[in-house]
Amino acid sequence: MSDMLVVSQLTKRYGTLQALDGVDLVVKRNSFHGLIGPNGSGKSTFLKAIAGAHLPSSGTICFNGQDITDASSYERARLGLSLKFQITAVLDELSVYDNVLLAVQASNSLWSLLLSKTRLTLKDQVMSALDRFQLADRADELAGVLSHGEQQWLEIAMALAIGPKLLLLDEPTAGMSPEERRITGELLRPIKEECSLLIVEHDLDFIREISDEITLLDQGKVLDTGTVEQIQNSTKAQQAYTTRV
Amino acid sequence: MVKLSGFIPPAREFRSVLPIIELAVLISALIAPWVLISTPELITLGTNILILSLLAISFDLCWGYSGIMSFGQALFFGVAGYVVALVGRDFGYSYGWGALPLAMAVGLLLSFFFAAFLLLGRRTPSVIFVSLGTLTGAYAAERLVSGWQYVGAGNGMSSVKLLQFGDVEMVEGIGFYHLALFILVVAYLVSRVIVRSQFGLVLAGMRQNEERLAFLGYRIQVFKALIFSFAGMLAGLAGAIFAFHQGFIGPGNMGPGLSTTAVLYALFGGGGTLIGPVVGVFLIETISYFLADQDAIKQYWPVILGALLLSVVAFKPTGILGFFVTARERIGSYGGRR
Repeated sequence: MSDMLVVSQLTKRYGTLQALDGVDLVVKRNSFHGLIGPNGSGKSTFLKAIAGAHLPSSGTICFNGQDITDASSYERARLGLSLKFQITAVLDELSVYDNVLLAVQASNSLWSLLLSKTRLTLKDQVMSALDRFQLADRADELAGVLSHGEQQWLEIAMALAIGPKLLLLDEPTAGMSPEERRITGELLRPIKEECSLLIVEHDLDFIREISDEITLLDQGKVLDTGTVEQIQNSTKAQQAYTTRV
Repeated sequence: MVKLSGFIPPAREFRSVLPIIELAVLISALIAPWVLISTPELITLGTNILILSLLAISFDLCWGYSGIMSFGQALFFGVAGYVVALVGRDFGYSYGWGALPLAMAVGLLLSFFFAAFLLLGRRTPSVIFVSLGTLTGAYAAERLVSGWQYVGAGNGMSSVKLLQFGDVEMVEGIGFYHLALFILVVAYLVSRVIVRSQFGLVLAGMRQNEERLAFLGYRIQVFKALIFSFAGMLAGLAGAIFAFHQGFIGPGNMGPGLSTTAVLYALFGGGGTLIGPVVGVFLIETISYFLADQDAIKQYWPVILGALLLSVVAFKPTGILGFFVTARERIGSYGGRR
């Protein structure tokens, strides 16, 4: 199994604050990789560095065999990297349908967008993406009126709709009810056939159920990495958390 | 990031009012010259309103639709006006088939030049950076022509050669009014197609959250540069018609003063719609015209107008149109569901 993402010695400094300190991480093709750690351990910073929101201070990011360390976020998206933000970033003044249409049409040419060439042909694709996340009935509603959990699903639907090779999810179940968390897990599992997943999550039960491998970050450094069982038995993990992994 | 304020009802409560307003404005504009036929000065006022509406729409495409705060629309307007005035004076050429496309090309190229510096960087620029950049450009250009004798310096260029179509010379009056109306309607329809297209959906998304769109794979800078250049082209066209209609173009037609007025037109009428700026120009110019003519308040009318504008902008950010059109309709729907 070849690697989808290879991160080597990634560091990120904000003035005197060392947010990431020589992080190495590998995400295998079609695998789910969990990223855990206490608050302030650098998980979200790491995810944003991968997506291109922040350029790293040093280190390299290799995606699908290509060095993307200096690529902009839109270039990374076009290569197949897709990010779901920690704080929901759906476009709440647009309809649910238009949010997903924006994602689906992102690969269209400017000319095609100006002439609205794919407005009708993309309809099935948009509705299928919404249907997958149980939002088809709400396509005409504004994204802003959806519940928090539904907005999280909409954002995952948008992130998936661009056809990514690697999906980056930053706390997809934050603020969800236990039932919504369970459904989210069920919705995410089938995407393993389509792409790899790098997921940051505080809910350790959720991440244990969904991940193939887990990396533990603390104070910007990798404390441990391995399968779910290995991390569960890791003394480093037990020291970092009071909660059992 | 621009946040459109106001309560946004769900889609099923959505009622379409904008097309009715658009149609009412068009019918009024078509009827107006026949009603005002005995008062030529009001025909001139009407023509000015149509020309300035084009300028106001060009600003609204930048700010109301795309979140680009441009204080440079008068720059594109004025430079194009000067160019057609110079071509008329130095080459004796003022045929509409050549002069108007030339003005559009000047507006397009000049705004693209600004876009290349202000918008096409690696990272998306801040609103402050763009607004100060365009403001500086307009200010510098106004100062430049104010001291440049070749273009009339502070006096501007008067006696601009009349606009011609074949052997017909377009003089102030009903003929020019209809020409200005025709150009405005065509520009309006083209703009309408753009903002309601899938490209317009990207603009609507960009206005709300640029970062989100970049992570979907859109190169935001390109979209901004394109709409900014298109708007600059419309401003250039408006500037040329203005110069031909007034027979004059001066430094005040390209500086921050007129740029700021264009901002007020759009905000007063209702940004984020195409008809809002037209309504804004009509109300501001008409109120100004009649207030300035009243002996009792002649000296105070700018204060009265200023207070009125301030009240609307402060207490009704959606402008006059916000009283009639819901936020849901202003934002629009782009998909194939409706």
